[in-house]
Amino acid sequence: MTAQSTGPATAAGTTKRAFLELDDLKVSFQTEDGVVRAVDGVSFALERGRTMAIVGESGSGKSVTSQAIMGLHSRRAAKITGHAWVDGVDIVTAPDAELRALRGQRMAMIFQDPLSSLHPFYTVGKQLVEAVQAHGEVPKAEARRRAVSMLDRVGIPNAARRVDDYPHSFSGGMRQRAMIAMALINNPALLIADEPTTALDVTVQAQILELIRELQAEYNMAIVLITHDLGVVAESADDVTVMYGGRVVERGGVDEIFSRPSMPYTWGLMSSVPDMEADRGKRLEPIPGQPPSLINLPKGCVFRPRCAYAQHVPDGRCDTERPDLTPVDDGHDARCFLTLDQKRTLAVKATGTEEVA
Amino acid sequence: MTTPNLTDAGPRSASTPVGDVVLRVRGLQKYFPIQSSFLRRTIGQVKAVENIDLDVHAGETVGLVGESGCGKSTTGRTMLRLLDPTGGTIEIDGRDVTKLSMRQMVPVRRSAQMIFQDPYSSLNPRHTIGKIISSPWEVQGVNPEGGVKKSVQELMARVGLNPEHYNRFPAEFSGGQRQRIGIARALALRPKLIVCDEPVSALDVSIQAQVLNLLEDLQNEFNLAYVFIAHDLSVVRHIADRIAVMYLGRVMEITDSDSLYRSPRHPYTKALLSAIPLPHPSMRGQRERIVLTGDLPSPSNPPSGCVFRTRCWKAQERCATEIPPLSEISPGTSVACHFPEPAKEPVSFTPPQA
Repeated sequence: MTAQSTGPATAAGTTKRAFLELDDLKVSFQTEDGVVRAVDGVSFALERGRTMAIVGESGSGKSVTSQAIMGLHSRRAAKITGHAWVDGVDIVTAPDAELRALRGQRMAMIFQDPLSSLHPFYTVGKQLVEAVQAHGEVPKAEARRRAVSMLDRVGIPNAARRVDDYPHSFSGGMRQRAMIAMALINNPALLIADEPTTALDVTVQAQILELIRELQAEYNMAIVLITHDLGVVAESADDVTVMYGGRVVERGGVDEIFSRPSMPYTWGLMSSVPDMEADRGKRLEPIPGQPPSLINLPKGCVFRPRCAYAQHVPDGRCDTERPDLTPVDDGHDARCFLTLDQKRTLAVKATGTEEVA
Repeated sequence: MTTPNLTDAGPRSASTPVGDVVLRVRGLQKYFPIQSSFLRRTIGQVKAVENIDLDVHAGETVGLVGESGCGKSTTGRTMLRLLDPTGGTIEIDGRDVTKLSMRQMVPVRRSAQMIFQDPYSSLNPRHTIGKIISSPWEVQGVNPEGGVKKSVQELMARVGLNPEHYNRFPAEFSGGQRQRIGIARALALRPKLIVCDEPVSALDVSIQAQVLNLLEDLQNEFNLAYVFIAHDLSVVRHIADRIAVMYLGRVMEITDSDSLYRSPRHPYTKALLSAIPLPHPSMRGQRERIVLTGDLPSPSNPPSGCVFRTRCWKAQERCATEIPPLSEISPGTSVACHFPEPAKEPVSFTPPQA
């Protein structure tokens, strides 16, 4: 818990670094239309055995952040500054050979679309064996044995036979399982799951989330879970980072974030989702407008053009000044000029919950 | 198979007006042939839709939910004759349209329109928004009052688009705005029925809420009937008055939204609901969760008897031999199960304090 509460800024330097630690990570791309600041100063820390959810809409920078942690950005196309330490290695500056050794072994990633992330031309088994042999001198028979046992572990029925099937003969849920098997076959310490269940039906989603939880406990993995589904966050995450326009706008423990959301964007997210436990007749309260263009961000607070609470902040500060991430509570920060009292009282109104203690 | 009486829609929220039946479907079937690769002989059939009975009233929203491959989209498309039914009858606005030719269907389409899932592939990228939204009038030979441009701009304003963007192309719009374009196009002919096939599943949550609210407003304004097809149960529960749960081409349970969520009667519905992650971290681990094992059986070779029995924890011998008919077990609630769950009384829910 300490890593979350102290924050990376103070943790860097003297104290020991967290297992995964981002410090002011920035990723920008040069395009014809201008510089896209996809990730603009993201910091967080995550220890092994814990799950951090990154929540946000398309274009909020959540996927770009995760790809930066994996070192997947081309250094020619993307300009990356800041630090992303995985187990003491700074991904931003590490040479390619070191990155290759880390990827697949110390850290692995599962993607949203299992069909396009598996090679259609090779059997599932061959792809798993390749993942094993890429990271060490393992005899083929031994690699294959591990592939079968891993497929069996992720719940593929008849693993010994299905290992020689091609991805197309697997169902969506089985492909996602095969991809999880591939990611975990080298027993990584960090798993990045980018919308791992978005393409799946709820019943299969429940199976996959359960599987990820079991495997996390078994291997003591740190998991970065990228999702837009607040239900998945509430069920799987320990900590939550809410991103908007390439920045972290709120972060904290999962109970804190859901019971005391402290930033108008987070309120908006929560009140836009139909809640099965609430009254059916209740009208949804969407966030008006569109997400900002990352090329031409608004001058003051990035969320200002869609925020309904800016009039509560004096002197039009929201229009001119970028708010910092300031503490709301122990281990809970939000990027907003509203005062603590306002955050509390307005949250009740905005999200309609009486959960605020 | 017995045909349960679904014309009595059962209890409904008071706000919903009970209107005329705008869509009546009886015994709807849709099979797709499986052809051999060599002689193109039919060697089997995918039974995508099997014996669906449904009435949709004016001003009402009927949700179709189920996992991918359950036949909900095929049902929606067959209802509007975008696909030809293998069996059964379809009545739109009191007219039997089952056997009409495509040309004869043209006037029928004035009263029944569709909104598609993918706002990127359902709009012609080479046409301007003005042309896209006015195309239904062109096809139908309608001259809207006040001229095409003015009417299109009125529609654009109504669905929350800037009317000045009349001459822009779809590529200049975001996903949510494109879905609004699709909605404006569906509204152009003032239909009585709109089949919405996953209209919000490609959108971000904040945009999704905007579109859902818009659909609700339009329904109230024009007394529209919706068939709302979606896999997201919380969205369907929010918008639908009645919900039909489908599995392997068949309706497993049909009832009003509140009863379905409060007291699911079919084991499949129960499992489906229990799998939904809820945005309440304090409830973690406190809910009973039924995790279904295995995958959906192939619709070309469905299990004998009850199609759900291979994944059902309540299955007994009888389920393998006898197809459970969809029968009304309480007013407004029909279930296709030999051993339905007992009904639960309404309880008021208060989320646990954090």
